[in-house]
Amino acid sequence: MRGTKTVLWATVALVLCALAVPWFLWDDATVVAGLPLWLWWHVGWMVLTAGVFALFARTAWGLGVETDPVEVTP
Amino acid sequence: MNKLLVQVGVIGAYLLVAMAVGLVAYRRTDRTAEDFYLAGRTLGTVVLLFTTFATLLSAFTFFGGPNLAYGAGPEWILVMGLMDGVLFAILWYVVGYRQWLVGKEHGYVTLGEMLGDRFDSTSLRVLVAGVSLFWLFPYVMLQQQGAGQAVVGLTDGAVPFWVGAGGITLFMLVYVAISGMRGVAWTDTIQGALMLVLVWGAVAWVLAAVGGLGEATNAMATNTPEFAALGGGLYSPEWMLSTAISIAFGVTMFPQINQRFFVARSKQVLQRTFALWPVLVLLLFVPAFMLGAWAAGLGVVVPENGNVVPALLNEYTPAWFAALVVAGALAAMMSSSDSMLLSGASYLTHDVYRPVQRLRGALGSGDSEALVGRIGVALFAVGSFVASLYAAPDTTIVEVGDTAFGGFAQLALPVIVALYWSRTTRTAMLVGILVPQLFYLGSVFLVQVPSTYLGGWSASIAGMLLGLVLTVGVSLVTTPAPAERATSFDGLRAD
Repeated sequence: MRGTKTVLWATVALVLCALAVPWFLWDDATVVAGLPLWLWWHVGWMVLTAGVFALFARTAWGLGVETDPVEVTP
Repeated sequence: MNKLLVQVGVIGAYLLVAMAVGLVAYRRTDRTAEDFYLAGRTLGTVVLLFTTFATLLSAFTFFGGPNLAYGAGPEWILVMGLMDGVLFAILWYVVGYRQWLVGKEHGYVTLGEMLGDRFDSTSLRVLVAGVSLFWLFPYVMLQQQGAGQAVVGLTDGAVPFWVGAGGITLFMLVYVAISGMRGVAWTDTIQGALMLVLVWGAVAWVLAAVGGLGEATNAMATNTPEFAALGGGLYSPEWMLSTAISIAFGVTMFPQINQRFFVARSKQVLQRTFALWPVLVLLLFVPAFMLGAWAAGLGVVVPENGNVVPALLNEYTPAWFAALVVAGALAAMMSSSDSMLLSGASYLTHDVYRPVQRLRGALGSGDSEALVGRIGVALFAVGSFVASLYAAPDTTIVEVGDTAFGGFAQLALPVIVALYWSRTTRTAMLVGILVPQLFYLGSVFLVQVPSTYLGGWSASIAGMLLGLVLTVGVSLVTTPAPAERATSFDGLRAD
């Protein structure tokens, strides 16, 4: 159970890293509402990342770091 | 209003506030190393977040970063997002939370102390501290040079370089030596809040002057079309990833950052700061770096050796506001240097001087560590100031300072392996730290060692992998010495 959870969160972390740069917009110069589209992606991605981190801190903190994790009450 | 007067006034006011905060902190600091270097492990969320942030990125936010965006385009924002918003936050958890648990359990003050104790090795402790000081000292020296040059620029040469750099050094020395970590962290917090206000104020002012966000970006997309498109020029995927990964790992091993892993008051403080990293990155770097990119499109001319943000503000905002931002940036520079000074002194006294004295049997039990620490602060500050007077561009010491992030990155993976894998051995740590250091130094200074690999990956990344392979590989073929405490990092929980 803890193993599955660790793999799941590690995957989430990898995805957050991998798409922090919007590779699919490479060479794209579209400007939307005064800023390049790729910059809006950055804005959204940072907000999403903060949300995911907050969720992790609330529900899974200690995973992989505390050898014997305790259930964290929010 | 007289511009010089405003600048001097702002700097003076900052210095007074810092000194007052330092004195209050001094009255609350006792004579133990833990209290002087780590503020007794009592920092809360806001103070920890801002002191780490201000320590990490202050001068770069106003000068270096916008200059980069001005010259090469705003994609640097994405590098910062990956580097500090995502990777560093994850390392904050993986390295920082683990170190916090271990440090709290065993009372460690520095990284070298933690590893030296775990592997029962004074050599390892001195090596980690020595490698860190090797990279830190020239880096601090560069900060002092930057501050000295900023004062010269600010006063149009009325104040000579040695007076500017010397005055700032002396001031930092006094209040760091007096107040320790508590004073440094408190002034950093004021500094961090000020930076946020100033950078958004600057954006609002410039955008209002040029006719709005759409106009500014239009000018950028028209006059420097490659800036609006993602990638190109300096920005290749390999370069962006190498830079973000190497610096994110390097930052965790910078003494002034690594030591902050020990100082949180509670688990909740670490949890909150962890989730706030991406928010702070967003709030600070998007406006700061876009200022640089917009300036390129608006045709702002930057004087030689000058910085783009002051040039832009001089054109579009009143003189007093431009002066305020420059003075704020100078104060920000100090908020990085003071932390480095304190941590450098702690490595010097705690991990080099005291262990060596103890081996010689020359350490009396009554020695006050805070006193030795204060002497260490003075030595470190004066030493780097003297070096800053004599180090010309393109000399070895300047190059070491410029490549410090990569140097620190070489430490990260062996340390992470040691933190999590109880099978790690002392020999493996010594080899895994020393060899990548030599390799990375070779890549910086020797033409025979290439500086990029496999089509654009940096030597720093190659060295990190080498360190990982060596630490794991050598651990597998060696046996731990009897006195190593393999399980001392395990079984730790917050409650």
